[in-house]
Amino acid sequence: MSKKIAILDYSLGNLFSVQQAFKQCGAETFLTDDPDLIITADAIVLPGVGAFAEAMDKLIQNKLDIALRDSINKGKPFLGICLGMQLLFTQSEEFGVTKGLGIIEGEIKKFKTLSSGEKLHVPQVGWNTISHSPANNWKETILEDLPEHEYMYFVHSYYAVPKFIEDSLCTTTYGGIEYCSAVIKNNITATQFHPEKSGEKGLLIYKNWLKIK
Amino acid sequence: MIATRIIPRLDIKGPNLVKGIHLEGLRVLGDPAEFAKFYYENGADELIYQDVVASLYERNSLHDIISKTAKQVFIPITVGGGLRTIDDIKNVLRAGADKVSLNTAAIKNPNLIKEASKKFGSSTIIVAIEAIKQNNGIYLAYIDNGREETGIEVKQWAQCVEELGAGEINITSVDREGTGQGFDCDLIKLISDAVSIPVIAHGGPGKLDHTADAIIKGNAHAVSLASVLHYDFVQNKLFEQKNEEGNTEFLKSGKTNSKISPCSLTQVKEYYKSIGIKVR
Repeated sequence: MSKKIAILDYSLGNLFSVQQAFKQCGAETFLTDDPDLIITADAIVLPGVGAFAEAMDKLIQNKLDIALRDSINKGKPFLGICLGMQLLFTQSEEFGVTKGLGIIEGEIKKFKTLSSGEKLHVPQVGWNTISHSPANNWKETILEDLPEHEYMYFVHSYYAVPKFIEDSLCTTTYGGIEYCSAVIKNNITATQFHPEKSGEKGLLIYKNWLKIK
Repeated sequence: MIATRIIPRLDIKGPNLVKGIHLEGLRVLGDPAEFAKFYYENGADELIYQDVVASLYERNSLHDIISKTAKQVFIPITVGGGLRTIDDIKNVLRAGADKVSLNTAAIKNPNLIKEASKKFGSSTIIVAIEAIKQNNGIYLAYIDNGREETGIEVKQWAQCVEELGAGEINITSVDREGTGQGFDCDLIKLISDAVSIPVIAHGGPGKLDHTADAIIKGNAHAVSLASVLHYDFVQNKLFEQKNEEGNTEFLKSGKTNSKISPCSLTQVKEYYKSIGIKVR
């Protein structure tokens, strides 16, 4: 029997393309906002575009926050994408301070529009490169076999600052800030960029995740 | 470092990819999904689909084309044309679009920008500004594909949409669109310098040399290219004509647009690299 991979559907973001990308990699997935189906799934994908606070509200309203924490604590393979990575953190400074799922310690900060006197375009929209984090050389991770400094597609105004460097999988530099662009912790992997929008190299990341989990 | 984006723009009418001049006089060029796949395989950074008649006829027929494309193209897809409500936006996102582009509806109801960016995230909402230069040198915003004047000055409107939460601006020079005369860099610079969100430049480039002007002289963050790329594809006869709806006479004639010297995405990227513009 093939594994049941749940994509969390909390009416934010482009789930179609995430699902299509998995299909392209040979994996069937299902969309759900039912906490019971999250609990019984074999692996979980948390996508998401949009506002942190609204996403947290939606998760809490549907009791998905509890289902997610339980599943992650049980060691179920988990992949977060974009906002789905940010939601794992302790808190975000989007619209004041909003509490996140608190699974990875650290916070989400906003890119400042002015950095080193130069105008910084926010959101960061486009293709930027990923580099090894000081704590990780990508061996046996979703980034295995990817050349360092490969381009990935990013769309975001906020970036993650993990408390522990070991949680950082790769880094990206924007507006002079080198920030953590993917995290890894036990059964959790999450990326700030969108593998499903990063062409063939992005699809390789999904394939790697399917292999590892 | 972030790369400069090169974004093929596909204007859609019914089932066909079309191309006009000044957003009018649409010629059928072929099957949009074929072009999309070809551009994806040749290094396009994103794609823009614009339903060029949707806001006139109040319809949106793009869903099938988007879904078909999203199954084989794994780069961001922006969809515009005739989107008027939060539900319209939700539906194209569900069909496989990653971002939406608003013009007519945004001007008629600026609150839509605010609502949509709150709901879907700023980065999902692009506001398209279609500008026509007036005799007094002022640029005014137009709606309904450059047909209806609004009296709104483009710089103020750009700052207003940023304030309302738009994540990007796509600035079109209607005067230059489809003409091959080159980008209107004054217009692009006017907008780029007025806002801190990324600006996509559109309208005018007719040859390879033109394509970088929007970046170098106009300070744009990305360029949206149509004629130069489409005619290259058409010229190379890399696809078969299937749909007969619309004005296909031009296509059957085997000619290209005399004002356009087509070039490929690869050529554009090589050219950018050669003059020091970072590309993927």
